[in-house]
Amino acid sequence: MSNNNASNNLIIAQRTVKQLRLEASIRRIKVSQAAAELRNFCLQNASRDPLLVGVPSSDNPFRPPKSCSLF
Amino acid sequence: MGEMEELRKEMENLKDQITAARKTFQDSTLQEAAAGVTVVGRVQLKTRKTLRGHLAKIYAMHWGTDSTLCVSASQDGKLIVWDTITTNKVNAIPLKSSWVMTCAYAPSGNLVACGGLDNMCSIYNLKGKDGNVKVMRELAAHTGYLSCCRFLSDTEIITSSGDCTCVLWDIETGTQKTVFAGHQGDAMSLGVSPDFKFFISGACDFTAKLWDIREAECRQTFGGHESDINAIGFFPNGNAVITGSDDATCKLYDLRADQELLTYQDSSIMCGVTSLAPSKSGRLLLAGHDDFNVNIWDMLKAERVGVLAGHDNRVSCIGVSTDGMACCTGSWDSFLKIWN
Repeated sequence: MSNNNASNNLIIAQRTVKQLRLEASIRRIKVSQAAAELRNFCLQNASRDPLLVGVPSSDNPFRPPKSCSLF
Repeated sequence: MGEMEELRKEMENLKDQITAARKTFQDSTLQEAAAGVTVVGRVQLKTRKTLRGHLAKIYAMHWGTDSTLCVSASQDGKLIVWDTITTNKVNAIPLKSSWVMTCAYAPSGNLVACGGLDNMCSIYNLKGKDGNVKVMRELAAHTGYLSCCRFLSDTEIITSSGDCTCVLWDIETGTQKTVFAGHQGDAMSLGVSPDFKFFISGACDFTAKLWDIREAECRQTFGGHESDINAIGFFPNGNAVITGSDDATCKLYDLRADQELLTYQDSSIMCGVTSLAPSKSGRLLLAGHDDFNVNIWDMLKAERVGVLAGHDNRVSCIGVSTDGMACCTGSWDSFLKIWN
């Protein structure tokens, strides 16, 4: 019984080490570059972000169009 | 037991290596990059629609890709597909199990899925020939509750489970294509990358993991949270990940720099984050909390710029429509609200 547990733990440990090796070996970029690109994406897309810039009521599908009857 | 000792030592060495490697690429901060950017002015969104119809707590909602329809799941045992503009119920689907925790809308609009304490992911065809919505498939194999599900297409769906795994399913055959194992706690939430090549998962082991769907492997693991991660999502360009946790904070991790860039926290916020969604440009982060509110953050400046207060109970789910035009919140008060 205890032999099975021991060999299971060994297999799990081996898998964990293999996974950590994979995660350690990935290619990274500098935070300065990553942060600049995130900032630029936000700024470049700001005008196309309705929740950020607001939606004029005439263009808002969730607001009923105000009707003006002249009879 | 010499080999075990050696493996443990190597584990610690590798963890130190990863920490050191991340540090060498930490030549700056997002605060510095955003230093010249002005904080967003106060964001005040108004409730435009209230979707009434569920009779119990709403646990999940998901927008359809047309930005008009959405699906919600409640423990009243129903999945409701709503037309958010007219507030009409397009479909009201009775579920076999009322203990539902998640729902999803397929990008095509043809299918919806849900699951929960039944440990299964049930797929429903909305476009059946006779007009009746029926169960198309029951995906069963998880040994724990279904916490989240997201369609890749009409033939593939990814699920996350309390059994600590995530699974990629073939909907047609109802079988598991890939099991993504690695989390050491319940997997609570998942998000698919904009290019559909990766997905991210947040778990009760306080970490978020990035998975390569086709290579079937975990690429990166992000720590830092001090409690369960309940919510996770991709930043709109797919290069960063946002997490929300029971530790009452949200964090932004950059995938290519392989590290945390910012934490969104405030001493006045003491309740766990249940759900989150970025706005279309990624500038705003909307986070739902246990304290009935949604906090709106300026993602670049880490400043709170707004609050959505309108629910009478916990906000359990939140989503921003594909065209970015509106945000939908779902609550334990049984209502969904559309804001913009």
